[in-house]
Amino acid sequence: MAFIDYYKILGIKKSATEGDIKKAYRKLARKYHPDLNPNNKEAEKKFKEINEANEVLSHKENRKKYDKYGKDWEHAEHFEKAEKQQQYQQSSQQESRDGFNESDYSDFFESMFGGRSSRNSRNSIKFRGQDYHAELQLNLKDVYKTHKRTLTVNGKNIRLTIPAGVKNGQIIKIKNYGGEGINGGPKGDLHIKFAITNNTKFKLENGNLYTTVELNLYKALLGSDITVATFDAKVRLKIKPETQNGTKVKLKGKGFPIYKKEGSFGDLYITYQIITPTKLTEKEKELFTELSKLRMS
Amino acid sequence: MSTKNLILLNNLCTHYNVEISFFNSLNEFGLVEIISVEEVQYIHLNKITNLEKMIRIHQELNVNIEGIDVVLNLLEKIEELQNELIITKNKL
Repeated sequence: MAFIDYYKILGIKKSATEGDIKKAYRKLARKYHPDLNPNNKEAEKKFKEINEANEVLSHKENRKKYDKYGKDWEHAEHFEKAEKQQQYQQSSQQESRDGFNESDYSDFFESMFGGRSSRNSRNSIKFRGQDYHAELQLNLKDVYKTHKRTLTVNGKNIRLTIPAGVKNGQIIKIKNYGGEGINGGPKGDLHIKFAITNNTKFKLENGNLYTTVELNLYKALLGSDITVATFDAKVRLKIKPETQNGTKVKLKGKGFPIYKKEGSFGDLYITYQIITPTKLTEKEKELFTELSKLRMS
Repeated sequence: MSTKNLILLNNLCTHYNVEISFFNSLNEFGLVEIISVEEVQYIHLNKITNLEKMIRIHQELNVNIEGIDVVLNLLEKIEELQNELIITKNKL
């Protein structure tokens, strides 16, 4: 257990006034506050150190004791123990019931100042824990149906229901799965951002799916029945004779599921792209020329 | 207009121990949107995470409304840059 120089942590001299301490603390808190340093463990650690230093130095009695024993804090422990053992035991028993998280303080602090009992609780500002941010990469096919998934975030397993139709970039908040609070403050939250990759031939926009279907010239001219793949199945479609290139067809309710609206789907828009034949044989050329002459006359 | 997914501003004041003037100032600076339905003021549920962050920055760090605006803009820029960095690293 090493000695901690609280003055050094706050960047102040031993002769610093209460005002200097407050000023230094505020300045550093603004620099290392978890909200201003998302996902930064180093800043979180530093923030805890600053709070601890402020706890000691902003409280007259604690500062006096710290200044008195300084690096000889181990002797202070023995001295204090002999003097206040009984009183300390009583108060620490009381404090252990209020759910204060001792792990927010260093061993040095605990050793010198004991439990929360010896601190001025009026000076203990409670800080909410850091919010954690995680990104979950999924394929578009994964979010077509509601499913459950177990994620491991900071060593904790979280069983998460991923609703069908969740959007790319959408963020969901899971309360109390963030960093531990400081000075008994509440835990932070976990924010999961969905990064959805679309490897399909469908374009997704506001729950509607868009795709292009190739049609050969003859089917487009003479009409036909074709089978078209929707996102999760196949449908049979009737092609009208003389269908033009770029013709759009809407298949109602065959689009993507709408987020948090069970049984509700967008539409599927199909655009026909007519493919003209290539590498014509002599016979074909002859017939097309004949057709062309028919059109001209 | 339906008040589903809207939270009463008065309830937020009590819950976060914040004066209503604070929310009005945030509204004036365009940091939150106060929705009025039949002369009752609300804030949309999906704005709460951001609102909580603004309250913490204000209460714990004594940052005023102008400062909150600057901080949020800078955090947004940092996030954008970090995302760009990840994408660039992935490409390499």
